[in-house]
Amino acid sequence: MDAVFSNFDEYLKAFGLTIGLFVVSGIASLVLGTILAVFRVGPVSVLNKAAAVYVTMFRNTPLLMIFVFIFIAMPVMGYNFKVVEDIEIAGYNVSAFFFRACLALTLYTSAFVCEAMRSGVNAVPLGQAEAGRAIGLTFAQSMNLVILPQAVRAVIPPMTSVLIALAKNTSVAAAFGLAEATATMRGFTNDNADQRIGIFLAFAVGYIIVVEVISLVSYGIERKVKVAR
Amino acid sequence: MTTSVLFDAPGPRTVARHRVYTVISLVALTALIAFVVWTMYDTGQLEYELWEPFVTPEYVEYILVDGLLETLRMAFFSIIFAVVFGLVFGVAKLSDRAWVRWPAWLVVEFFRAVPVLLLMVFAFFLLAIGDGPLTSFWCVVIALTLYNGSVLAEVFRAGINAVPRGQAEAAYAVGMRKSQVMTSVLLPQAVKIMLPAIISQMVVALKDTSLGYYILAPGLTAVGKPIYLEFNNQVQVAIVITALYVAVNLVLTWIATKVQKRLVGEKSPLELSQVGNLDGGSNTA
Repeated sequence: MDAVFSNFDEYLKAFGLTIGLFVVSGIASLVLGTILAVFRVGPVSVLNKAAAVYVTMFRNTPLLMIFVFIFIAMPVMGYNFKVVEDIEIAGYNVSAFFFRACLALTLYTSAFVCEAMRSGVNAVPLGQAEAGRAIGLTFAQSMNLVILPQAVRAVIPPMTSVLIALAKNTSVAAAFGLAEATATMRGFTNDNADQRIGIFLAFAVGYIIVVEVISLVSYGIERKVKVAR
Repeated sequence: MTTSVLFDAPGPRTVARHRVYTVISLVALTALIAFVVWTMYDTGQLEYELWEPFVTPEYVEYILVDGLLETLRMAFFSIIFAVVFGLVFGVAKLSDRAWVRWPAWLVVEFFRAVPVLLLMVFAFFLLAIGDGPLTSFWCVVIALTLYNGSVLAEVFRAGINAVPRGQAEAAYAVGMRKSQVMTSVLLPQAVKIMLPAIISQMVVALKDTSLGYYILAPGLTAVGKPIYLEFNNQVQVAIVITALYVAVNLVLTWIATKVQKRLVGEKSPLELSQVGNLDGGSNTA
């Protein structure tokens, strides 16, 4: 434990990077996953199939292999994403490592986001849409007033699971040279082998806090939007 | 399609518009694939000698025996141990005694919330490094057992809870003991409901064996490196190894769907509470 407390700023920095990876790739995969879900349930059958293939491919590929593709295979073809290091946003610039890790996490997670979205839309009973049509609501009205409000509520629990999995999956970036929590834990343990149990518990607690915060926020949102049915 | 009731049957204009969308997306997808293939061609990734190792018997044997077989062995051991772990803790979470229930809840929640990779690194430093008693193969198995076992504990708990209450009540009414009710009435019925979820968890375990890469464990991810260091064919190695993972996972998923249809019918698989569910140990129905 001592090793963690005497290097507490490093511990915080490591979890800062973990949270950074989580937030950036979380937002990106929510966007990409939603687009995929629209393709998946939409009326154009080509996009339908393309999204299905994407989801099947990425759900069955280990995240580590996606990292291998982006960190080891793509630089061979000349894509090392060094360009992003030249872009400056409000005085900060992003490292290519961070960008690539987020890219891998986003590609992987968006497949799961798509499935969660789809299950949420499918969870709305068919009778609801039929009733909306029957009382003469237009498509936009029945979507906005009947379907989407229910679908959004149904999506929250599976989406939380996906986001929690993403928070834990950021640890894979450790194997590719990002000094996030798991890599830092490994470094600490390497230097202080006699304190390995304490170090492990300290980092485990950090992850548990991150996970619990996500699930508490989702629980709060779920309670807030809950309606009697 | 569920949303079809939202629309009237498409009229001629909508059909025409959808046709335009179809053409546009077909063109876009073709362009994407063409771009990928062209990039690979342009950077010389389609050269035969880069692919040659994968049709050379020694290398094929190396990938299949040292890679695929080791990966499957790791996944096999982890899932077997995980089922045992999950059974013990799943039943413990349903115990009537609080001093059994709460520690079981704590263990399950802890291992579900901690990343597998963190567990692996810890097991590696605790048990393997230096003159530790275990190889990194077993560290992967231990980490995966703890994680998947905890997930399966939730599966078992949910599965047992999904058996209609009357079954347990009837068993108590004919004078069975608690352990008898569990082993001869609840579990046999619950296993049927849980089997698809267990098989899907095998897919997760198999995918996670790839994380052994970080602690130098054997397996598919480990055999790639020597090959691409020798032939400098990173892209091809990544493609072939990913294809192997996807193929094995698709077979497992297919089995899971079959089992699901056979045993449970078209109903959706078990719905599991998420990690950190706030009524964790308390819902002992």
